[in-house]
Amino acid sequence: MRQSMHNPEATSASPIDRLQPSTRLVATLAALVLATVAHQPVVLALALAAAVLLVLLARLPWADLGHRLLHVEGFLIVLLALLPFTMPGRPIFELGTITATSEGLTRALTLVAKVNLCVLVVHALLGSLDPVRIGQAAATLGVPSRFVTLFLSTTRYVSVFREETARLVEAMRARAFRPRSNLHTWRTFGNFAGTMVVRSLERAKRVDEAMRCRGFAGTMRTAPQQPAMEFDIAFASIFLCTVVGLLVVEFAA
Amino acid sequence: MTLIRLEHVGVVRDGRRILDNLSLALEPGERLALIGGNGAGKTTLLRTIVGLQRASGEIFAFGTRRRSEAEFRQVRAKAAYLFQDPDDQLFCPTVIDDVAFGPLNLGMEHAQAMSLAGDILAELDLGHLANRITHRLSGGEKRLVSLAAVLAMRPDVLLLDEPTNALDEAYLERMVAILSPLPAAMIIVSHDWPLLERLTDRAAVLRGGRLVPAMLHRHGQWTEQVHLHELAEVAGD
Repeated sequence: MRQSMHNPEATSASPIDRLQPSTRLVATLAALVLATVAHQPVVLALALAAAVLLVLLARLPWADLGHRLLHVEGFLIVLLALLPFTMPGRPIFELGTITATSEGLTRALTLVAKVNLCVLVVHALLGSLDPVRIGQAAATLGVPSRFVTLFLSTTRYVSVFREETARLVEAMRARAFRPRSNLHTWRTFGNFAGTMVVRSLERAKRVDEAMRCRGFAGTMRTAPQQPAMEFDIAFASIFLCTVVGLLVVEFAA
Repeated sequence: MTLIRLEHVGVVRDGRRILDNLSLALEPGERLALIGGNGAGKTTLLRTIVGLQRASGEIFAFGTRRRSEAEFRQVRAKAAYLFQDPDDQLFCPTVIDDVAFGPLNLGMEHAQAMSLAGDILAELDLGHLANRITHRLSGGEKRLVSLAAVLAMRPDVLLLDEPTNALDEAYLERMVAILSPLPAAMIIVSHDWPLLERLTDRAAVLRGGRLVPAMLHRHGQWTEQVHLHELAEVAGD
């Protein structure tokens, strides 16, 4: 895991950092709803502009944003390349025997805008938030404790499983394994996957036991809720007004 | 009052008899070294005491016979179990949350649990780790933090499963310095006999599923030993 992500030790008091986690979570959800329903180019463009503003407000390292966007754009390029040719509609240009349609291109660009909008908003609002705080915020917002516990355990053990995977891969390489397209390779990958499942299950059992040894009886106790602050209320008002305004434009058009 | 008493305890796993008609008694303040080969059932015995392993026979803890999960839950609050692998034990993202986890489960208020966790960490000289992410700690730090996490429950009994495994000299000494003055009764599983001699007052060997009373004793003898000298130090001589 990269050092700058999920790091509560890094303290920079950007306006976004001054907000309470639950405010940030609600705002993110509202923005994601908007990103889901919006289709109008003007709405998407305005929302993207607002998202960029949020990113600037959050003052997070640009490398983090680049890293996150890079993961997403890879998928989007495939989409952008395929969608125009696979959707029926008014042809705009031909490439050999296949035809690109304007409907396909519009759909592809809309999706690119939507996905980037989501990434920018989540990055700006939740990017500097430690997963524990997200879990606690979710708990204060009434998410069932079972889900919160699952979420918190997952964030804790992702890195352990990553290390375990890395160790297994190293162990395979240490005995001169190189993936080729033969039965041995597939059998080895099968064993690898099986070993990971078994180890994960055993690890999960031991963690459960360790939790029970310290009196865990099913619910994760979280920090008490802080009262909403003026700054949170102001931010939430502006944010929700923007979202509702964009939704009105979306459906009025 | 005998803290832990096992009578005729048996555990069978995968058709193999791991504990066989085993008896054990642990008195207040007593420190028992539990010795045995790999796979002898040392961890199984510790798990049986806190009810993580189903067993036949009778298990008494703190004066009461324990059978159900609810009954063992009370045992676990007073008999703290330090796991072999700290990664199993430290599941909260930050150190302070992890240390506060036990006290919170025992019904302590959040603020109170946090301040208790802070105190424990300070006592063990780990205060600077409070806000660190648990999975980024070093092996030695992880081990001491998991010890802090079980000590936060103020246990009467400590069950320590290879507590100094993979610790370097410095962390080993810190571990010994923390454990030595504690009033709690202990069962310590280890292959490190010199360590057991320093920390425990009696020993038992687990063999064939039963406990055989034993004693660790030392005598001088002519030996050859491997020493490590750094080259700069040798050159300086």
